[in-house]
Amino acid sequence: MIALLARDLALAIRAGGGFGLGLAFYLIVSTLVPFAVGPEAAVLARIAPGILWVGALLACLLSLDRIFQLDFEDGSLDLLATAPIPMEGTVAVKALAHWLTTSLPLVIAAPIFGALMNMPAPGYWWIFVTLLIGTPALSMIGAFGAALTVGLKRGGLLLSLLVLPLYIPTLIFGAEAATRGIGGFENTTPLLLLAGITAASVALLPFAASAALRINLR
Amino acid sequence: MSDMHRTKQARDRWNFLWEWANPVKFMWFSGRVLPWLIAATVISLVASLVWGFFFTPEAINFGSSVKIIYVHVPTATVAVSAWFMMLVASLIWLIRRHHVSALAAKAAAPVGMVMTLAALATGAMWGQPMWGTWWAWDPRLTSFLILFLFYLGYMALWAAIENPDTAADLTSVLAVVGSVFAFLSRYAVNFWNQGLHQGATLSLDKEENIADSYWIPLVIGIGGFMLFFVTMVFIRTRTEIRLRRIHALELRERMADA
Amino acid sequence: MSTMTLEARDLTVSRGGVPVLEGLSFRLDPGQVLVLRGPNGSGKTTLLRTLAGLQPPMAGEVSLPPEAIAYGAHADGLKSTLTVAENLRFWARVHGVHDIEPALDRLNLQALRQRAAQNLSAGQKRRLGLARLLVTGRAIWLLDEPTVSLDRASVALFADVVRAHISAGGAALIATHIDLGLETEIFDVTPFKADPNAPSRTPTPFDEAFA
Repeated sequence: MIALLARDLALAIRAGGGFGLGLAFYLIVSTLVPFAVGPEAAVLARIAPGILWVGALLACLLSLDRIFQLDFEDGSLDLLATAPIPMEGTVAVKALAHWLTTSLPLVIAAPIFGALMNMPAPGYWWIFVTLLIGTPALSMIGAFGAALTVGLKRGGLLLSLLVLPLYIPTLIFGAEAATRGIGGFENTTPLLLLAGITAASVALLPFAASAALRINLR
Repeated sequence: MSDMHRTKQARDRWNFLWEWANPVKFMWFSGRVLPWLIAATVISLVASLVWGFFFTPEAINFGSSVKIIYVHVPTATVAVSAWFMMLVASLIWLIRRHHVSALAAKAAAPVGMVMTLAALATGAMWGQPMWGTWWAWDPRLTSFLILFLFYLGYMALWAAIENPDTAADLTSVLAVVGSVFAFLSRYAVNFWNQGLHQGATLSLDKEENIADSYWIPLVIGIGGFMLFFVTMVFIRTRTEIRLRRIHALELRERMADA
Repeated sequence: MSTMTLEARDLTVSRGGVPVLEGLSFRLDPGQVLVLRGPNGSGKTTLLRTLAGLQPPMAGEVSLPPEAIAYGAHADGLKSTLTVAENLRFWARVHGVHDIEPALDRLNLQALRQRAAQNLSAGQKRRLGLARLLVTGRAIWLLDEPTVSLDRASVALFADVVRAHISAGGAALIATHIDLGLETEIFDVTPFKADPNAPSRTPTPFDEAFA
């Protein structure tokens, strides 16, 4: 399984763009929003956590189809399915690789982009923490969606349609925890719920995703 | 192998129930029941709507717009029930591999989606004169919007996959996982709107303070829309079974040519 | 070694829910090479995928020891940006094997070991795909047209590899149309073509009545 993680990371680095593309997209989204709502600092500061969360979610979505698609096309997935690694492990490792290459850079960049939107100082910390807790769920749910659509020729749009509704609870609790934290309110409850969604997704979704993969390999 | 064994065992015990999972049996049964179902649907729908629209007193502070509850509440009830029915049918397909079950889930989705849409639309029509707005991010309204999105995704996945058994499998997995997330969303939305934005709570909970004269036609209406749902699912499942049969025949022909 | 036997009993395999081959019964013992023959589209690939456990049989059963199968498909599962050695080392590590040198030697890939897979010719890629079989450490090889795009010398190289594998107690089931020059038995699947107009074919007649 470590071998698989190492390979996926190596592939992401060599292909280039793996880290960069999602990050660039995130930057663009964060830049476009002020153009759309106006440069007023108070307004931007108020909507910043929401925008940063939605932006992270969309940037994460961008690379989901690559989690399994390439391995499906070149036959690796068939071979992995007959290998001694359980399919659930393959799914979990690939979701982890996606998190490391796509989501983690977003988590790190979010506070910087927050500065673009005049986010108050506690915001840097809270947006970082909530995204750090929440993005593993985004990667894992995304891997499930990718497993459902891996056999389809034009699965990209469908993947978004399937995955985005599943992102709603994570988004609500994540953005709520960040907003409350910035406002100086108590935010333990949404943080715990966010962590709960992440824990449950990481623990249970590999089974659903590997079932979907096996169905698609038939 | 073990699957066959299990099927055989269960056949002895649950014979009366699982027999309807056989497409042939289902076609026979549904064909006989449908005329009665249609009649019952029409009678109960007409009864509840006529009673509700014309023979209930107008509420003092609501005016006649309140009468939309005779469409709104039943469609909303069916919209949620339909998703539950799809979840159960999906589980039956995943566990027992009864084709009728998978096809019934597929057949129910568009009906459920239309019901969700109807509940949203009537909600908006009611909300306009009531609260002066077509849409409010009320937890209930929002939950139905999310439910609508789940229906869309489910149907899109069915439409995208060519092999019918693969489509049945994958949509069933989606229905199971989606149900968990839909439930989570319902909870999250409740949490979200009592969060920082206080005071903006528009509750659609009218059931508890509704008078008997409104209540009886409403119950009939819920029953009528449920019957309507069952009727539609029966008709659409029959269509799906026929489509599968055509598909199988075509495949056979192609195989014979090869 | 008798536990390393693959046996199919009254097997029906299906593609897209339609049976393509039915009533297959055969066994593959250690030290045996079985060559699958049959026209295109006759279901050889479907049979191999079923035996590899990638899809369930429609009827009948396959008995084989756990984790004994190495499947070689049309696609070799190579990553174009990784080198030959990296590709091979990955599959070796997945299967818990550490030494890739013998495999590189045997398929004459030593000179190419630092080359990225995207710069290999089709035949070289195939050789790398076949080298993967050696690093799986698995006893039963299921190979789908393994000699596609191999030149004559490489086919001979491959035949040597298979010969060494079976003399070490392994076995191979190979779908191919060329003569490998091995002591092989031919298994022609043509007679087992599923009859599309047979009245009842489903494993559970109770459940299925679509056709």
